[in-house]
Order: sequence, then C-alpha cells, then structure tokens
Amino acid sequence: MTTAQIAVTLLGLAAVLWVNWYFFVAGRGVAVAATVQAGGVQCIRVEVKGGYAPAVIRVRADAPVRLDFHRDESNPCTEEVVLPDFGIRTYLAAHRTTPVSFTPAAGTYEFTCGMGMVRGTIIAEQHG
Amino acid sequence: MPGAVTSPTESCTIPVTGMTCAACSARVQRALERTTGVASANVNLMTDAATVAYDPGVTSPERLVETIRATGYGAELPLPEASSEDLLDAQDEARATELRSLQWKFAVAAVAGVAAMALGMAPAAMAPGTAGPIRYLQFALMLPVVGWAGRHFYTRAWSAFRHHGADMNTLIAVGTGAAFLFSAAVTLFDDWFAARGVEPHVYYETVAWIIALVLLGNLLEARARGQTSGAIRRLIGLRPATARVLRAGREETIPLAALRPGDEVLVRPGETIPADGVVADGTSNVDESMLTGEPTPITKRPGDTVIGATLNRNGALRVRIERVGGETVLSRIIRLVQQAQGSKAPIQRLADRISAVFVPVVLSIAIVTFVVWFDVGPAPPYLHALVSAVTVLIIACPCAMGLAVPTAVMVSTGRGAELGVLIKGGEALERSQAIDTVVFDKTGTITEGHPAVQTVVLAPGVDRGAIPDEARLVALAAAVEALSEHPLSEAVVAESRRLGAAALGAAGFESRTGRGVLGTVAGHRVAVGNTALLLELDIEPGPLAKVADGVAADGYTPVHVAVDGRLAGIIAVADPVKPTSRRAVEALRRMGLETVMLTGDDQRTAASVARAVGIERVLAQVLPERKLDEIRRLQSEGRVVAMVGDGLNDAPALAQADVGVAMGTGTDVAIDAGAVTLMRGDPLGVVAAIRLARRTLRVIRQNLFWALVYNVVGIPIAAGVLYPAFGLRLTPAMAAAAMAVSSVSVVSNSLRLRRFTPKGQP
Repeated sequence: MTTAQIAVTLLGLAAVLWVNWYFFVAGRGVAVAATVQAGGVQCIRVEVKGGYAPAVIRVRADAPVRLDFHRDESNPCTEEVVLPDFGIRTYLAAHRTTPVSFTPAAGTYEFTCGMGMVRGTIIAEQHG
Repeated sequence: MPGAVTSPTESCTIPVTGMTCAACSARVQRALERTTGVASANVNLMTDAATVAYDPGVTSPERLVETIRATGYGAELPLPEASSEDLLDAQDEARATELRSLQWKFAVAAVAGVAAMALGMAPAAMAPGTAGPIRYLQFALMLPVVGWAGRHFYTRAWSAFRHHGADMNTLIAVGTGAAFLFSAAVTLFDDWFAARGVEPHVYYETVAWIIALVLLGNLLEARARGQTSGAIRRLIGLRPATARVLRAGREETIPLAALRPGDEVLVRPGETIPADGVVADGTSNVDESMLTGEPTPITKRPGDTVIGATLNRNGALRVRIERVGGETVLSRIIRLVQQAQGSKAPIQRLADRISAVFVPVVLSIAIVTFVVWFDVGPAPPYLHALVSAVTVLIIACPCAMGLAVPTAVMVSTGRGAELGVLIKGGEALERSQAIDTVVFDKTGTITEGHPAVQTVVLAPGVDRGAIPDEARLVALAAAVEALSEHPLSEAVVAESRRLGAAALGAAGFESRTGRGVLGTVAGHRVAVGNTALLLELDIEPGPLAKVADGVAADGYTPVHVAVDGRLAGIIAVADPVKPTSRRAVEALRRMGLETVMLTGDDQRTAASVARAVGIERVLAQVLPERKLDEIRRLQSEGRVVAMVGDGLNDAPALAQADVGVAMGTGTDVAIDAGAVTLMRGDPLGVVAAIRLARRTLRVIRQNLFWALVYNVVGIPIAAGVLYPAFGLRLTPAMAAAAMAVSSVSVVSNSLRLRRFTPKGQP
C-alpha cells in the first residue's frame, strides 16, 4: 500500500465514523417544554427549516397542545407535517405559521414530514 | 403558569423574526412593556417569540404586532386554524409556483448540459492549446447551473445539516458538489495538477445532467403528487358558495356560512342542495352519487332527508335545513378522509425505519466506495473513486421509500370516498385486506330493514269477544309495539294504521330484549314476541306452532301475540331481501371469503333468508348483547372477521370485529362507528371496500418492493460490484436518470388506484 492509499483509507474510515456520529448521535435534541397560555393551551413554536427546532417537545398529558409550525423555507420535503397518532396531515405554507392542535394522552408521539424523513418527538407526561 | 388561566388579562405569543442578540430581544421587550394595556411582556431570543399579557379592553394582539414591527423586527400572528379549502389553495399555489420554477431550472440545466457535452466532445477539447480555454468555457456554463438551477439542493442540504438531518438534497448536493469542485479545481489550477501527474479531467456535463435529470424527476413527481389529493379537492369543491334562503317570505341569496339550522331554502332543478335537511315541499330526483356512489337518482318527497352537496335534478324543492357547517354529512366525510390520509399504515414502519437512517448510510457507502476504488481500482485511481462515489450518492433514492405507502393510502382513501366507501386510514386498509370472514347483521344489511306484515293468522280457539277479527289482533299488538323500537314493531304499527284501526294505549309496558314486549291494552294483558318469549311466559303455542313453522319456512318472521296468557294469533312479518345481497355474497365467495349471517330471528326464518342470498353459515337467535361474543368466537377460530351492521345497534360488535363496517343511507350513516363506512345501504359496498383494500395493499407492496429493490440493487451496482467480473458500471448521469424514474414510478403506481372500479358494480 502506498502512503496515499493508507492516508485515503484512514481518512475514509474517519469520515464514515464522523458521518454516523454527526447524524445519529450528535443530532439528538434536548427536549423543550411547551408554555401554558391562557385557557390552559400548551403552545410552542416549531421552526421548520430542514428539520424541526425544537425537535423534542415536552408537554403535559391530557391537556390541549398547540404546535405553531413556522416553515421558513420552500423546500417541498417539509411541506407537510404528519402526526399519525392524531390523524393529522397538514400542509405548511412556506414562510407562514400553521397551528396544529391536539390533546395527547401520556406517551411519546412522533411528528414527521410527509415522507417520514424529517422527524420530531412529543413527550406527553403525567404531572402529579 | 397555571395563574394565567385565572388572570384578568389575556396572553398571547407572537413569533418575532430578525432578532439576533440579547440587545434585540431587550429592545422589543421594552417597546412592548411601554405599550398601554400591556401587563407584562417576555421576549425570548431562543424561541424567537414574545409572550405578552395584556388587557383585551385596551389593546389587541394585532396592535401588539404593530408595536413590534415599529421596532424594526418582523412579527406576525399565528394563523387561526385554517380551513381545508385555504390550506389546499395555499398548497396549490405553492405547487404551481414550484412547478414553474422547476421547469425553468430544468431548461437551463439541460441546455447547459448539452452545451457542455458538445464542447467536451469537440476536437478542440483534446488539442493541447485549446483544452484549457474550453474547460474555462464549460466552467462558465456551469455557474448558472450550480448557482441558480441547482442552488436549492445546496441551501436545503445545508439547513438540514445544521439540524443534524440529511435528505435527498444532501445526496444531490454532496454528489454534484464533489464533481463540480473537483472539476473547478482542475480548471483553475491545471498546472498544479499537471505537475503532480494528474490528468486535467472535468465532469461539468455530468454535474449539469445530474441536476437537470433530478429536476425533471422532481417536476414529474410534484405534478403527480398534486393529483394524489384530487379526491379531497373534489369533495370540498362540491359545497356550493351560496344558498337561496326564504326569509320573511322573500327569497334571499346568502353565503353558505350564513345558513342556519331551521332556515328554509329553495333548490331549483340543476342546483346543489346547500346543507343537510328535510324536504318541506316539492318532489324531485336527487343525484347523490358524489357522496354515496349510488348511480341512480333518488326520488325525494316531503319528509325525506336530503344531503348537502347532492344535486337536485328535475323538480323544485323547498328544504328545511337541519345541519350546517362542520355537522353536515359532507363535512364529516371530508374530515374522515383527511384523518385517514394523515394516518399511518403499520406496513409503513419498515419504510420509516429505513428512511430514518437512509441518507447517512448512503453517505457512508459512498465514502467506502471511494476508498475501495482508490486503493484497489484501476488507474487513475482518484478519477474512478470520485465517479463511483458520486454515482452511489446520486442513484440512492430515499424519496421512493418515503412515498411508497402514503401516496397509495391517500389515493385509495380518496377514491373510496368517491365510491361511497369511507376507509378510516392505513390500518383499516391493512386489516380489511386480510379479512377472511364477513359477518352480516341480517337486518338492514342483507335485508332492507323495513319489515312489512305479510299475513295474520288467528288461533282456532281464540276468544271472539275480545278479538273478533285479525284487525283487532293487529291493533292490540300495535298498541304495545308502538312503545318499542324494534324494526318488526314498526311493521305491526304500520299495518294497524293501514287497516284503519284506532290507536290504542298500552299501560305497564315492559321490553324483554331479544324476546319481545308486554303491556296491558284495553284491560287485556298482551305479550308480543318470539317463541323464546312464549317459553319464558310459560305459554303453550298449541296448534299455532305448525303455522309458525310454515311462516318461518317461507322466510317470514312469526310474531306471536298472546292475550291474557294464551296465544291468540301470529302476525307474519317479512323484511325483504335487498336486490344486490345475493350478488354481494356470491362475489365475496369468489374472493375466497366466508360469509356468516347473524340475526336475532329464529333459526328457520334466518335459514330461509340465508338460502335466498346464498349464505351457508347462520347464527340465529343471537341476542343483541351476544353479537359481540359471536364475533369473539369466530375470532377464536383464527378468523379475521369483518362485521357489517348499521353501526347504531351493533356498535360493540363492530368495535370487536377486526374490521367494523357501518352501512347506512344518507344522513343516517353512523360515520364514526366502523373502520369502514358505506355511504349507501348496498351490500356490494362491502365487496368494493375489500377489493379496494386488497388492491391498495398490492400497490403498497409493489411500491415498497420496488423502492427497496431499486436501492438494494442500484447502490451496489453504482458502487461497482459488477465491475471486476463484467466490467460493468454506471455513469452518474445514468444514476440520475434511474433515480428520477424511481420516485416518479412509485407515485404513478399509486395513482393507478384512482381508476379503481369495483367489479360487479356499475
């Protein structure tokens, strides 16, 4: 093996490790709690731009939740948001805020783009 | 903030844009706090939002937005929950804009690709003196391609990257980016490369072709995806904009939103009925096909219910509106279909799991491909390594995987709605295709559900003083039956009315579920019911037992009427079999399904109906509360059971079945009762639902298989696994074409479901 080959192999190995670390490990978001507004609705603004920010949302179970999806891009990948557990598939207009309301029981729910590639999680917890 | 609920002020959250630092948020906060009517304001830089507590009597969220804008930052109120129409319109508009822009981008990339290729093949490109300038010319041609036509791939990939996400754009961006940057480096620093023995080889036309082909794929895919929601658009479009309402004796045209229950509307021939109601005056044929799939118009007379959005054909109708807005049948259908389209089929889990890891895995494979070609490939190693890695990135198609299930579910539930078959979602579809046993609750599904009296037989030794004739027997029975809700009761009451008997009153009414009713009429103790009731009351059937047998053998239901503890006569009631029942049962059998009939009727009546329609297995004399157990019993035999009922009296059994099918007519449909709702009382709808489910699952499996096989086969070939043995490898442009075809073919395959027609139904 030449020096160049050894260098490319090692670099390649490092690149593979980095790709898997960056997308699978480093990407795990920190949960952000929704704020309670008048009427007891828990609201949170979710930025939609290549992903969801925050991607992990903590809410109180059995109380109404409103996610205000602000889609700040025209990438069609994120044009729909799906909350399969609540039977919601909604179009998100570009550069607009689209509210999505539901009331979760305790549990963990997923929200994804129309094709299931961009993902977020809602953790609904019971409070004593 | 539990205190917010009881606080006299109201609070709202306003998204703020343009804030970059703590000074910005502080400025916005100060501005808000200084506004009159604001109790407190909290501007959060992390969430880009201002939470304001304010006095609604003094200021409003709109004015707060103005205040924020005056500070130089952007603010807007979240939209109220937008209506389906608005969302679809917005989606249409966005899609039209996107299609136009994609067309232009594709044109530019394709022209640049052709030009770059022509330049590359020109003899001048090989000549030592002109090769350099030609590379510069090609480089210049690529600037609009990567800088404009394909720019969004890079910006979108970058946004996703910042969120630790990767999608289709990532693959295209990395693939074309690598090829372009290498080519640009070779163009700009050819001397440096030449000095190190690297041939100045460029891949400009490859970059242009990849971008052009992927854009073409996106273009076709966007166009096809626009069609997947066509059914729901058509449903929404059925709603008329206005209604002609009668107010204070005058005709007035008002917007649909202003229509209220209790309003009387005029519907002329050719007009659409604005909302659900009852015909107050007039007779006409109404076309309900758009909601129920029923092809023949239905004659509506005063007292009949009409459904909003159906078409009045030939007569003028005056309709008293009963339900408007979200309560109408049409709105409920739209809601159900939308929810169904938002649901996820369990079969999608596999695709989801793959989608979630797809792009990083492909990136890893591309890196490994590069290394392997570099280490053991033919010379020049870096060129082969680069081209192979780019080919891997480009051929991989996560979109096909992501589109495989949702597009099929969307098209299928939409098509179902057009046929009057509402399927509650992906899971309902998946379970429907697995059904092997269909249980019909006889009344209202196999039969019309409107029984009528056929004959009346008096007992030979009946007390002629109390019961001089058949009409008196019917009148006595009707007095008790009038208090019951059983369908057979209606027949007896209707018959009594038809015979012209004066209605009698009953006292001490008692209902014995599944057996009959009792009461005291004109001083006589009257019991009306089946043999089980006689047994319970210890009444001997006597010579009438034979009559009852004969009546039952003819398929009629014998209604026993006992007066003062003795059987006085039998009223034979029959519920006519629906004209399509036999065809439906036959069709189900041909599909390999077993049909079972469940009924509260006695064995012989049930057997006679079953014979008439061709059902082999009959569960007779099943009390309403036992229906559930019968379904359980069938399930314990290892069957996947569909239960077909009216959704009103058999809701528990419908819920217990693997698939509950609620069958109704018009406004009386229990839309939420089952996993499947049939908008008209035609048993052929069951056949249509199962056929549609089977077709849909077939399409989903084809899609998933295609998407999986495409990637599983395509990626290794692109990586060059066939090269050592066969010398076969793909070019990046070929990969781009394959990728474009792959996602378009999945959507097109799903769109085939739009043409689904249930065989055996017009």
